Amino acid sequence: FLGAGGGNDIQWCFSQVKGAVDDDVAEADIISTVEFNHSGELLATGDKGGRVVIFQQEQENKTQSHSRGEYNVYSTFQSHEPEFDYLKSLEIEEKINKIRWLPQKNAAQFLLSTNDKTIKLWKISERDKRPEGYNLKEEDGRYRDPTTVTTLRVPVFRPMDLMVEASPRRIFANAHTYHINSISINSDYETYLSADDLRINLWHLEITDRSFNIVDIKPANMEELTEVITAAEFHPNSCNTFVYSSSKGTIRLCDMRASALCDRHSMLFEEPEDPSNRSFFSEIISSISDVKFSHSGRYMMTRDYLSVKIWDLNMENRPVETYQVHEYLRSKLCSLYENDCIFDKFECCWNGSDIVMTGSYNNFFRMFDRNTKRDITLEASRENNKPRTVLKPRKVCASGKRKKDEISVDSLDFNKKILHTAWHPKENIIAVATTNNLYIFQDKMN
Amino acid sequence: MAAPLGTGTFTEEIGQEKQDTQEKDKAIPPERAEEAKLKAKYPNLGQRPGGSDFLMKRLQKGQKYFDSGDYNMAKAKMKNKQLPSAGPDKNLVTGDHIPTPQDLPQRKSSLVTSKLAG
Repeated sequence: FLGAGGGNDIQWCFSQVKGAVDDDVAEADIISTVEFNHSGELLATGDKGGRVVIFQQEQENKTQSHSRGEYNVYSTFQSHEPEFDYLKSLEIEEKINKIRWLPQKNAAQFLLSTNDKTIKLWKISERDKRPEGYNLKEEDGRYRDPTTVTTLRVPVFRPMDLMVEASPRRIFANAHTYHINSISINSDYETYLSADDLRINLWHLEITDRSFNIVDIKPANMEELTEVITAAEFHPNSCNTFVYSSSKGTIRLCDMRASALCDRHSMLFEEPEDPSNRSFFSEIISSISDVKFSHSGRYMMTRDYLSVKIWDLNMENRPVETYQVHEYLRSKLCSLYENDCIFDKFECCWNGSDIVMTGSYNNFFRMFDRNTKRDITLEASRENNKPRTVLKPRKVCASGKRKKDEISVDSLDFNKKILHTAWHPKENIIAVATTNNLYIFQDKMN
Repeated sequence: MAAPLGTGTFTEEIGQEKQDTQEKDKAIPPERAEEAKLKAKYPNLGQRPGGSDFLMKRLQKGQKYFDSGDYNMAKAKMKNKQLPSAGPDKNLVTGDHIPTPQDLPQRKSSLVTSKLAG
C-alpha cells in the first residue's frame, strides 16, 4: 500500500543512480527502454545509441538485512547500429525501442531487443572457467610441433575471472514496413509478436526467415488512414490472446484461434466520449501510449496523455478505474502542442494487480494504489540520494495560492520527462529512467 | 526539443462562447479554451481534429536524405565534429610516397560505451 505512514505502506527510499551527472546529454545516452527479467535479478536498459546495458542484483548479504542487493553492471553491448534504407532514402535509427526477456531455461539468459525495423535475440552467457593443458597448443595459442610432445596429458578446466558474453543468436529482419513499437513474448515461450504502426507479425523464436502477419489495418487508400497501432501485448496466460491499442484510444483483443488474420477483433474496449467535451486535442490526448496486462491477466492498464485506465477484460464499454496523472496539464494543451510534448509516449507498469506506476514531467513519477485509492508523486533527483531516507512526496499546485513545498505548473521542467519505469516482478524495487540516468528505489525494510 | 512552459496568466474566458460571460460558473472547459488559443495562433490549422496529418507524420518519421551518398557524408561529418581538429597538413599524406597504414590518421572508434556502465 502507498502512503506516508501505517503498517502496510510502502516507503520508497533512494538506492542507486546510474549514468553521467553532467547536464549536457548526448543523444545516444537517452534511455529508451527499461525492463526487469522474470526473476528480477537482471535489469536491462536500452538507449538511443543502440546500446544495451544489463545490471545484476548482488546476492543478498545476510548480515546487511537493511537493504536488498545493489544492481551492478553485468554486461553491455551494441545491439543495433544505424542503417540506411536505400529504397526510401531514410535513416533507420539504432534506438532500442523495446527489450523483452525470455524466461530462463538454462544457464544462459536470452532477451529480444528491437529498433524500428529489426528484432534481435541476444544470448548472454557467463564464462568462468577455461580449458588449460592442451597437448598441441601452448598457453598463448601457438601450436606446438607434434614431434616435441613426449607425454600426453588431459586438458582440465581451470577457473578464470568471470566473463559475460553477449552474442546475437537470431536476427528477425525485413518484416516491417513501418516502425516497430512493441514486441511481446507469448506464454508458450516459443512465439512472439512484433507490432508496427499498421501491422502485427507473429514469429517463432527459432525461425528468422518466416513471419506470419496477424493484424493488418493498412487501408487500401492511405488517404483513408484514421488510426494507427500504438502498442501490443500477449495475454500472460492465454497463448491465443493478444491485445493492441490505437491512436484513437481503443483497445482490441484478438483470439488467434478465430482466424489466421485477426483483423476482426474479438473484443473492443472503448470508453464512450462525451461529444460536448470534444476539442482539437481530444484525439491526440486519447492516443494510448502503452498497454500492459496485470500479472493475473484479469485486468489491463492503458496510458494516454493525461491518465491511466484500468480495464476489466470482462467489460468492454468502459474502464473500471481511471487515475489522473497530471490533470493540471489540460489547461496547458496549447503550449504542449506547440513544443511537441503532447506527443510524448509515457509507459506504465504494474505491481502484481494492486499498484500501478507511470511517469510525468519534472522527473516526477506517480503511483496509484487500486485498493486504498491513494496516490503519490515522487521525484527522481540526485538531491534525494541518501540511501534509506524515505522520499518526500511532491505536489503540483495547479492554480491559486502555492503552498510552501508545492511546485507550480509553470515551473515544471518539460525537458525532464520520465517515460520509462519498471517494477521488480517479486519485490518492491523500482527502476525509473530520467532522460539519461537510471534511478533504483527500494522499499525501506524495517 | 521541448521547452519549459512560459509563465502565463491563468486562462479565464475567451469570450467567443455562446454562454453568458458574466457567470463564472459556466467557464469554458479548459480543453476548449486551449483549442481557441491554438486556433488564434494558427488560423490555418487543419480542419480535421487530430487526424491524419499527425498519423502521416508519424508513419514517415525518420530523417530523409537525398541518397546513400548524402547519408554517408552526413554521418562522416558528424564523426569528424567529434575529432580534435589537427592541422590539415599533418593528416594529409600525399605526393612523395605511397602511404603505409602507420601514416594514416587513427580512426576514431565509433563504439563508445554507455555512461550507464561507467
